[in-house]
Amino acid sequence: MLLVPCPNCGPMNAADLSYNGESHRRPDPKTCTPEEWRTYLYLRENPSGWLLENWYCSSGCRRHFKIERHTLTGELRAPVLPGRKPGATQGDMK
Amino acid sequence: MSHRLPAPLGDVIDRSSVISFTWNGKKLQGFEGDTIASALLANGEHILGRSMKYHRPRGVLTADFWDPNTTVQVDDEPNVRASHRKLADGMAVSAQNVWPSLKFDVKAANGLVGRFLTAGFYYKTFMKPAKLWPAYEHVLAKFAPGGSVDLDTPHGRYDKRHAHPDVVVAGGGPSGMAAALAAAEAGSSVMLVEHEHQLGGHLLWGSNDDRAAANELAAACAAAGVEILTNSTVAGRYEDNWISISQRSHPGVIERLIKARGKTLVGAAGTIERPYVFQGNDLPGVMTSGAAQRLIRMYGVKPGTRAVVFTANESGDSAVEALQSAGISIARVVDARAGEGITSASGSKSRVKRVTLSDGTTVECDLLVTAVGWTTPTSLLNMAGDRPVYDADAARFFPAGPPDNVLATGGMIGDGSRDELIAHGRATGELAAGRAAVVRHRLQAATARAAAVDGPEPDYPADERTPLDRAQHPELYRSTTHGIVDYSEDVSSKDLFSAAGEGFDSVELIKRFTTATMGPSQGKLETVNTVAVLAEARNETIAEVGTTVWRPPYAPISLGALAGRINEPTRVSVLQPWHEANGATPILAGQWVRPEHYGDPAAEVRNTRTNVGIIDVTPLGKLDLQGPDVPKLLNLLYTNKWMALPIGGVRYGLMCAEDGVVLDDGVTARLGEEHYLMTTTSSGAAKIWNWIEMWLQTEHPDWQVHVTPVTTGLTSINIAGPNSRELLGRLTTDIDLDPTAFPYMNVRRGTIAGVQNCIAWRIGFTGELSYEIHVPSGHAVHVWEQLLDQGADLGVKAFGLEAQRIMRLEKGHFIVGQDTDGLSKAPVTGLNPLLKLDKDDWAGMPEVAWTMESGDHPVIVACQPDNGSVVPEEAAQILRAGTTEIVGRITSSRMSPTLNRSICLAQVTKEFAAPGTSLEVLLVSGERITATVQEHHAHFDPEGARLRG
Repeated sequence: MLLVPCPNCGPMNAADLSYNGESHRRPDPKTCTPEEWRTYLYLRENPSGWLLENWYCSSGCRRHFKIERHTLTGELRAPVLPGRKPGATQGDMK
Repeated sequence: MSHRLPAPLGDVIDRSSVISFTWNGKKLQGFEGDTIASALLANGEHILGRSMKYHRPRGVLTADFWDPNTTVQVDDEPNVRASHRKLADGMAVSAQNVWPSLKFDVKAANGLVGRFLTAGFYYKTFMKPAKLWPAYEHVLAKFAPGGSVDLDTPHGRYDKRHAHPDVVVAGGGPSGMAAALAAAEAGSSVMLVEHEHQLGGHLLWGSNDDRAAANELAAACAAAGVEILTNSTVAGRYEDNWISISQRSHPGVIERLIKARGKTLVGAAGTIERPYVFQGNDLPGVMTSGAAQRLIRMYGVKPGTRAVVFTANESGDSAVEALQSAGISIARVVDARAGEGITSASGSKSRVKRVTLSDGTTVECDLLVTAVGWTTPTSLLNMAGDRPVYDADAARFFPAGPPDNVLATGGMIGDGSRDELIAHGRATGELAAGRAAVVRHRLQAATARAAAVDGPEPDYPADERTPLDRAQHPELYRSTTHGIVDYSEDVSSKDLFSAAGEGFDSVELIKRFTTATMGPSQGKLETVNTVAVLAEARNETIAEVGTTVWRPPYAPISLGALAGRINEPTRVSVLQPWHEANGATPILAGQWVRPEHYGDPAAEVRNTRTNVGIIDVTPLGKLDLQGPDVPKLLNLLYTNKWMALPIGGVRYGLMCAEDGVVLDDGVTARLGEEHYLMTTTSSGAAKIWNWIEMWLQTEHPDWQVHVTPVTTGLTSINIAGPNSRELLGRLTTDIDLDPTAFPYMNVRRGTIAGVQNCIAWRIGFTGELSYEIHVPSGHAVHVWEQLLDQGADLGVKAFGLEAQRIMRLEKGHFIVGQDTDGLSKAPVTGLNPLLKLDKDDWAGMPEVAWTMESGDHPVIVACQPDNGSVVPEEAAQILRAGTTEIVGRITSSRMSPTLNRSICLAQVTKEFAAPGTSLEVLLVSGERITATVQEHHAHFDPEGARLRG
C-alpha cells in the first residue's frame, strides 16, 4: 500500500485517506456548456505518467490536498494545499 | 509406531510426550513435535490421500509446508497440510478425495481413463449443449476435490495487527537469521518470519555442526531482541514495503494477519527442492532428498527399507548418509553428475516397487529419493517488481535486481558453505539496517508535526556485499518419460505437451489452461518444471520461455485472517437504555440502533395525532456552523436562498451533488449573528460534514466558516401533537411559546426542564404542531423523563421510527434515498420553487437547470390504491395499463391509521403525474391493482393547518 504524505499528518497509509480522483478545474456554472460540465463530472485523463490528484485525510486531520502521483511507478511528489501556494516537497520516502 | 527410529534421530520430537489421534477412525499415537504426516508415517501409514483428478494414491513428497500430496481433513477443518500441521491430542484426521475408502477408491477409475481427462477436458466436453450444464454440474460436483465443510462450525477467533518494524526478514535459515541478527545489532527493530515451526532452514536436517550452528544463531537472534515469528508466512509485499504476514502461531488465535510497514525487506526464502518428472513420479515412496532427510533427522521416521537415490547434488549425497544412519539399505545410488539417470518407476497401486534406470536395468526398492535441483522462490521479489532471470549453468532462476528497499540473501541469490551463507546474511542485515535508518529518518522528517528529527539524515549505504557464488548444477527437469508436473492439480507433462500442441505457447496461458501451478503450493514445486516442459515441447530454452509472474499470496491465507475480528461498530443515543427498558423493538438504521416501535406503531400514530408523542431523533445529523461566511456556504450547498435568513429563523433546504442528483435535505436554523445549526438526514451526517469541508477547503478556502459535528453532543427529541405546546410550556420558563412570538419555522434558545442552552425549533415532519428540542446529551435522560412525567395527563407517549415514517408519509414528505435514488435530480421532488436558478452558483445547478429546461424527468407523486385495504410493496412497479412497460414505481407505502386506508408515494414519468391519473401497479404476487394520483403530496392535512397552529 502506498504511503501518501498528508501535509499535516505526514506519511499515511493510502487506506487511511480517501482518494478523490484526478484533480480538475470546476467550470463556471453560469456560463459553461453541457459538454464542459460533463467533462468535469465524468471524463478523466487517466494518463500513463504524472497525475495531479485530490486526496482527503479522512481518518486523520481531514485535510483535502493535492499530490502528484506517477501512475506507472507509484512515486509521489510535492503536495499542494488547496488555496495555498505550493509548499516545500515532502521528500522522497522510498 | 513401527517405523520410528531410535534417538538421537528425531530432533524435534519429544518422545516423553505421547499424543493420541485417529486416522480414518483408527486409533494411533505420535509424539509431541510430530506433524500429522510424520506421525502417520511412523505408524506405517504411507498413503495419505488421493489425487484431485485421477484419484491416484499419494504419499509424502516433500515433508514440509509445500507438500502437495498430504492434504487431509482434521475434525471439521478441510484442506489441512498434514506435512506441516503439528499433531495435537484428540485430532480426528481423515483422508480427502476418497470414496468409499482410502485404499479402494471408486473414482480411481479416472486413472484408467486418464486420457479423457486431459487439460481442457471439462471446458471442451461439458460446454454444449448449455441446457445440460445443470445435469453435468450435479455429477461433476461429486468429483470435486477438497474436504467437507461443516456449516455449523462456530466462528473461530482471527485477528489482525499493525506493525512498524525497520527490517522484515522473510525466511529463518542461516542467511535470514544472520541478517536479522546483524540488523538488530545495528539498532534496527527486526521481525524474522519463518514459515516452518522452528528457525534453522536446511541446517535442521544437516550435520550435527549445522544443527548446533542453527541453535546458536536462533538463540543470538532472540537475545538481540529480534521478534521471531515461526509458523508464519510473509504472504505479500506491496508498495512502499507494505508487508502482509500470516501468523499461525499466535496463542488463542487461529491465524493472525500482521500488516507490517517494513522500511527494508530482506528476502531469505532459500531454495525449494524440485521434484523430477518421470513415469511413476507420484507413487507413494517417491520423495525428494529433503523429505527423506527431514523425516529421518527431524522426526525420527523411517520412510522405507530399501532405497534408490537419484542425485545430482550435495543434498542427494547427504540423503544417502541419512538413509544409512536410519538403517535403510541403499539399493543403488544413481549419480546424474556421472551421466546416470532414471527413466521410470513402477509398483503396486500403493507403493513404488522398482526403478528403471537410463541404462535399462531395473532395481527393486520401496523408496526412491530424488535430488535434481532447486527452485528459487522469488515470489516476494517479484511482487517488488523484480523479474527473475534463468541461469542455465546453475539450473535455476535468480532475481534480476529488486528495488533498493528489498534485499535478497542466501539460497535465493547463490550458494555457499554455511559460513559463507551466514557472512552474506550478516552483510545483508547491516545493509538493510543502514537503509532502514535513512528511510526512518525521511519518514520522520516528512511528518511536519513530529518531534524533532535526530540529527542529519544518515548516508544512504551502497551495496558493497561480496556476492555469493552460484554452484554449477546439471539441468534436470524431465526424464524421457511423462510424469506428473503439478501434483495438487494432477497435471502431467503429457498434458503440457498437448496444450502446447494446441497453441498455448505462453507460460502464462498454459498455466491458466491446464491449471498447472495454480494449486495450494502456488507453483513453488511446479512452476519451473512447467516452464521446462513447455520449453521442451516448443523446442525453446527455459530462458526464452521465461517464468510466470508470482503474485500474492506467497502461501494461501485463510479468509478468516483476512476478515479479522468481527468489529462492526453500532451507535446509540443516550436514551437507548430507556427505550430498551420500555419495550422498544430495536431496528438497525445505518450504524444506529433505534426504537422501531414500543409495541404498536399504529397506536403511537393515533396518540400523537390526538394527544402528544415524543420521539428520540438523535441520529439526525447536526453540524454547528460559525463564521461570517456561513450564509455564502449555505447558499452554495442548498438549492434555495439563505442570505436573508433572520436570527431566530429556520429554513428547509435541499442539497444536490454536482450531477444535480438529490444528495441530502434538512433544516438549518440561524441561532445568532454568525452562528447556525444545520441538520442533515441521519444517514447523511458524515457525508455532509465531508461535503462541506471539501467545498470550504478546495473551492472557497477564503471563506471563514468553522464546522463542528454535534450529532451526539446534542440529544434531539421531537415533541409532536396537538398538546405539544402545552407540554413544552410546562417545562420552560424562558421560551415564549405563544404562536405569534414563536411561529412555525422559527428557533429559540432557552431552558427546558432546568437544562440551560437548549435549542427548540418548530418544524413539522409529522405534520403535527411540533417542537424539536436539542438538549446537551448529559441531561437528555432527565429532560426525556420530565416530558413523560409532566405530560402524563396530556396523554404523552413515546413513539418510534415506524410511527414517524407513517406520519411523514401521511403528510407526503419524501425521504432522500427512499423516495429518491441515485438518478433522481432535484426537479423529481417537485420542489421547483426551491430550485433558485437566479443564484450565481450552487452545487449541481447547471444539471438542474438543464433538467428543468428539458422537462425530461420523473416526478414524485402521492397515490392511493383504489382498494384501500391493499398496501403495494415498496419498489412495486407501475406499468402502462395492460402492458409490461414500466412507467414508475412505488417508493413508500403504508396503511394509514389516520385515514384507515393504504397510502403511497411513487415516482412516475410525467405522463402519469397529473392528479386523478389511474396507475396500474404490479404487486409481487403478480396481481395488478389500480391506484389514483392525488392532488397533493400530503394525504392528510394538505393545507398544513395542524403544524402551523
